[in-house]
Amino acid sequence: MRAKTVDRIATAVIVCVAGFIILLLAALLGYLLVRGLGHISFDFLTSAPQALKAGGGIGPQLFNSVFLLVLTMIITVPLGIGAGIYMSEYAKDNKLTAFIRLIVEVLSSFPSIVIGLFGLLVIVNTFGFGYSLLSGALALTIFNLPMMVRLTEQSLRSVPKEQKEAGLALGLSRWKTIMSVMIPVALPSIVTGSILAAGRVFGEAAALLFTAGMSSPRLDFSDWNPLSPTSPLNPMRPAETLAVHIWKINSEGLAPDAPEIAAGASAVLVIMVLLFNLGARWLGRVVYRKLTASK
Amino acid sequence: MSAQSLTTKDLSVFYGEKQAVKKVSMDFPEREVVALIGPSGCGKSTFLRSLNRMNDLISGARIEGEIWIGDQNICDPSTDVVSLRQKIGMVWQKPNPFHKSIYENIAFGPRYHGIRNRKQLDEIVETSLRKTALWDEVKDRLNQSGLALSGGQQQRLCIARSLAVQPNILLMDEPASALDPVSTAKIEELIAELKKDYTIVIVTHNMQQAARVSDRTAFFFLGDLVEYDDTQKMFTNPSKKSTDDYISGRFG
Repeated sequence: MRAKTVDRIATAVIVCVAGFIILLLAALLGYLLVRGLGHISFDFLTSAPQALKAGGGIGPQLFNSVFLLVLTMIITVPLGIGAGIYMSEYAKDNKLTAFIRLIVEVLSSFPSIVIGLFGLLVIVNTFGFGYSLLSGALALTIFNLPMMVRLTEQSLRSVPKEQKEAGLALGLSRWKTIMSVMIPVALPSIVTGSILAAGRVFGEAAALLFTAGMSSPRLDFSDWNPLSPTSPLNPMRPAETLAVHIWKINSEGLAPDAPEIAAGASAVLVIMVLLFNLGARWLGRVVYRKLTASK
Repeated sequence: MSAQSLTTKDLSVFYGEKQAVKKVSMDFPEREVVALIGPSGCGKSTFLRSLNRMNDLISGARIEGEIWIGDQNICDPSTDVVSLRQKIGMVWQKPNPFHKSIYENIAFGPRYHGIRNRKQLDEIVETSLRKTALWDEVKDRLNQSGLALSGGQQQRLCIARSLAVQPNILLMDEPASALDPVSTAKIEELIAELKKDYTIVIVTHNMQQAARVSDRTAFFFLGDLVEYDDTQKMFTNPSKKSTDDYISGRFG
């Protein structure tokens, strides 16, 4: 009887905690959407912001966020997966790899503002990349790489040992076994990891303030030459992202409708993260099915 | 494809300081089934896994002695382990099909080894699956995942997969211990069929199975090869007392 009561109480507590978290999330999301959705229009999503007048949009910022995400992932994903493969399959278990693992752990919990300042000193100034998309992408790579490495390593380690042995027993090389036998099995976790990393890129502001910068030059969306200074694709131009823009107009916005713009931009940011999540998951599933012939 | 004999000379396997297999010398004649029996931890699986140098993967594992396949000592440092493993098929206790379609499970190995012709691959898939008596059960769903099959079918798929790269020798580590009796019977029939073409080494905990499928039986205890003889003699009139005790179920 006593054990049953304890069980019931424990269940009740756990359900309450879970309910509280869901409620909190729902409230937060609801608040953001209710406040912001009304302000979202095609014009808002495509037009440039206004410094002093009402009616500014978030077009360039939205584009910057997406472009920065793509740039960051282009750098982070191959590096992270490569290092993860090395750590799980090639590195010997010794003091050096234990040390590398420790560093990766520490790096993954680094405050992002510190990464931003590091980016300012090293990438922006010393390397001379200036406030640019590339600087931002590199800073975010520092920010995201540890997580990518760890997730890849963990997901490869969780592939059953017999899968690897089966590959090797057929006379496959180690590399072929990893790429064709183990990676497909580990793919769902790697995709999830990449999504988490990407979500952090969308939401990050502190690491970008001093690297990608807080301004966006006049963009000419008909100019797709990446070398031209007004081209949206130029990786060497400064690029204020959506998250940075929200922070900026909230703290120093002079336009009369700044609060509405911030609310609208926040809602857009949340929706973008959501869409990206769903899209990436869908893509991951399609690839996984193709590789594993599963349903 | 031809079966090949296998010989070990004073083969020892160490895990760090611990010696798991102690100077074992054995002959595996071609086209015969040799069963390795003994209580858990006696070194029989370790011994089996060193025959295709799969134990190299375990950090701290070390081999001493010689393993001869035909006229090649595979413990020699100059041995190309990767291509060696192609000649030695392996089957595990738990069925471990690749997370791929049934067709891909079989075709993957031969394709890697250079067979690109679709027709040729189709043929290999069919012959391998026929050899394991799986063809009729799966021929209409070759594009489905290998994991969608039942446990027994998965195990036969794994055997077919290893046959597809044309090995000379098959190593089986308790291939039926995770299966139901009907599937076990099928695997045993299969072993009897396969020994016409392959040299087979099988680890088993099931005495009846050893008696049914093998021509010779080796009894391992605490890393030592205690006795190795014709299966018939081992089960009716063993020369060592501990063999008798183990086989009649007095310990282990």
